[in-house]
Amino acid sequence: MSLDPSYLEYAKRALGYDHALYPYSPLPRRAPLAWPNGRRVAVWFTVSLEWFPIVPSDKPFRAPGHMQTAYPDYRHYTSREYGTRVGFYRLLDAFDKVGAKVSVAVNGAIATRYPQIMADIAAAGHEIIAHSTDMNGTIASTLPVEEERALIAQSLNTLEAATGQRPRGWHSIARSQSFATADLLKEAGLDYCVDWVNDEMPYAFNNGLVSIPLNHELSDRQIINVQQQSVDSYAQQVLDAHDWLSAEAQAQGGGRMLPLHITPYIIGLPYRMDAFEGLLAELAARPDTWFARGGDIFDAFAANQG
Amino acid sequence: MREGAPDPELYDFQRYRARKPFAWPGGKKVAVWISPNLEYYEIDPPANPHRKSWAKPHPDVVGYAHRDHANRVGHWRMADVMSKHGFPGSVSLSVALCQHHPDVVADANARGWEFFSHGIYNTRYSYGMDERQERAIIEDSIRTVREATGQTIRGWLAPALTHTPRTLDLIAEYGMDYTCDLYHDDQPFPVKVAKGKLISMPYSLEVNDHYGFFIYNMSPREYAQTLIRQYERLAAEESGTVMCIPLHSYLIGQPHRIGPFEEVFRHIASDDRAWITRAGDIADAWHAVQEGAQ
Repeated sequence: MSLDPSYLEYAKRALGYDHALYPYSPLPRRAPLAWPNGRRVAVWFTVSLEWFPIVPSDKPFRAPGHMQTAYPDYRHYTSREYGTRVGFYRLLDAFDKVGAKVSVAVNGAIATRYPQIMADIAAAGHEIIAHSTDMNGTIASTLPVEEERALIAQSLNTLEAATGQRPRGWHSIARSQSFATADLLKEAGLDYCVDWVNDEMPYAFNNGLVSIPLNHELSDRQIINVQQQSVDSYAQQVLDAHDWLSAEAQAQGGGRMLPLHITPYIIGLPYRMDAFEGLLAELAARPDTWFARGGDIFDAFAANQG
Repeated sequence: MREGAPDPELYDFQRYRARKPFAWPGGKKVAVWISPNLEYYEIDPPANPHRKSWAKPHPDVVGYAHRDHANRVGHWRMADVMSKHGFPGSVSLSVALCQHHPDVVADANARGWEFFSHGIYNTRYSYGMDERQERAIIEDSIRTVREATGQTIRGWLAPALTHTPRTLDLIAEYGMDYTCDLYHDDQPFPVKVAKGKLISMPYSLEVNDHYGFFIYNMSPREYAQTLIRQYERLAAEESGTVMCIPLHSYLIGQPHRIGPFEEVFRHIASDDRAWITRAGDIADAWHAVQEGAQ
């Protein structure tokens, strides 16, 4: 038995990508993008604030971090809630201490269930990014497009109703998209999405939606949960990245972005907070650090595109 | 290979103890070669019945975008660090990269790097190919790399490490000198093929950045220490060993990894026991030593 002959046909083997979502552009050959006040490293925190229904849905797939035991999985349901009730408030205090403004990727369900959290985020000057409806609101190409469109609209409408502002940014659960997502996000009026990890600076999709890449490898989930490394190693890796990016920005001109995706039920535990606060203090002490929200990065990019 | 037999009989057994020592050019003890994998993964490849391309339904945004980081960001950062410390690359190339992103291939070529084939795409697997189909991807590889770089490929690393029982015979028949698909030794060794000559070039899964970061879950600093320990051990043993460092720029080219990794290059470049070279040069030197010894 040989493979079907079509397996050796390469219809999209041509200059550029095998899709039409965005054009090819190697970072070091792009015009430098400067940050405000000549800061070299935009340190961009995105905190995920998520509600996991204790009845998980597997359509189109079960979100990472979701329920794992037989029903009722009190262990995971309440551990995630700990992150929202306690861990997130530790983070708010820690950011406040160093004056960092951050992005918070919020499930619509958080806004309707816990309106006080929304007020606390707004009072601290942080930005809200839309992060689906709840942790059953996953997207993949197996989700019918009409359902995906409705899910995006529901998330945005819920957050807008709760805060008076329509979010400018979008973060899909597990960064999972369908082939239609970029167009649906644009159609819904969003400025940017953070799911793609192919770059280290903002860039535009062909449809005009801006992609602000939120590194997934330097996240607390990846380093602490998946790779089982310590919070001290996490902090070291962030500082190593900061060192490198600062030197690269100095050598190549313009600025660089250091995106840090964190999770309250992971980093917000008591025994990890000392290391995290130490990391924040060190980042704040570096004169080339610009603590930026996603919207600030979008604005700097858009101004540069003129 | 002996297809269907419990022992495929790829090579003779030769114990590590009591081998005749030999020196690499310049009297060096360990040949060090760097193998950047320059790859293209398709966003929506056709299905191979033996293996799925992506863990998730297409598009697998993280999987695809992470690989794409290599061609937009990681390659340029990794390649600059290699050049800065005097390390050429021996590229494991998805040859369709010559069409998709010729900039990357031209950059590697301009740096004096060597190319061998890693298949057409890393999302097209050899499993299930008949002989005619497998010949087609080998001939495509030779032609494509020659047109893009002027180089004639001398080696093979199967696409996504997917083989057929005839792969090694075929690449030898097409005149290739080495395979990177066998992991049985720290020195080159003849491979038994139907026609022609082929040697096994020591590559490495164990100190591959992918294994370091995703199988062994090392931190960047632990990975750098691992490579330095691997180097120190090989340099201290009887001479004639090979150390390969296979890299993927979407992994090693991340800002939290490249700084610690640069210490590995500093360490090896400052040690006079290292012959820092390319795979094809190792094959040539090995043949010269073996044939000179007879």
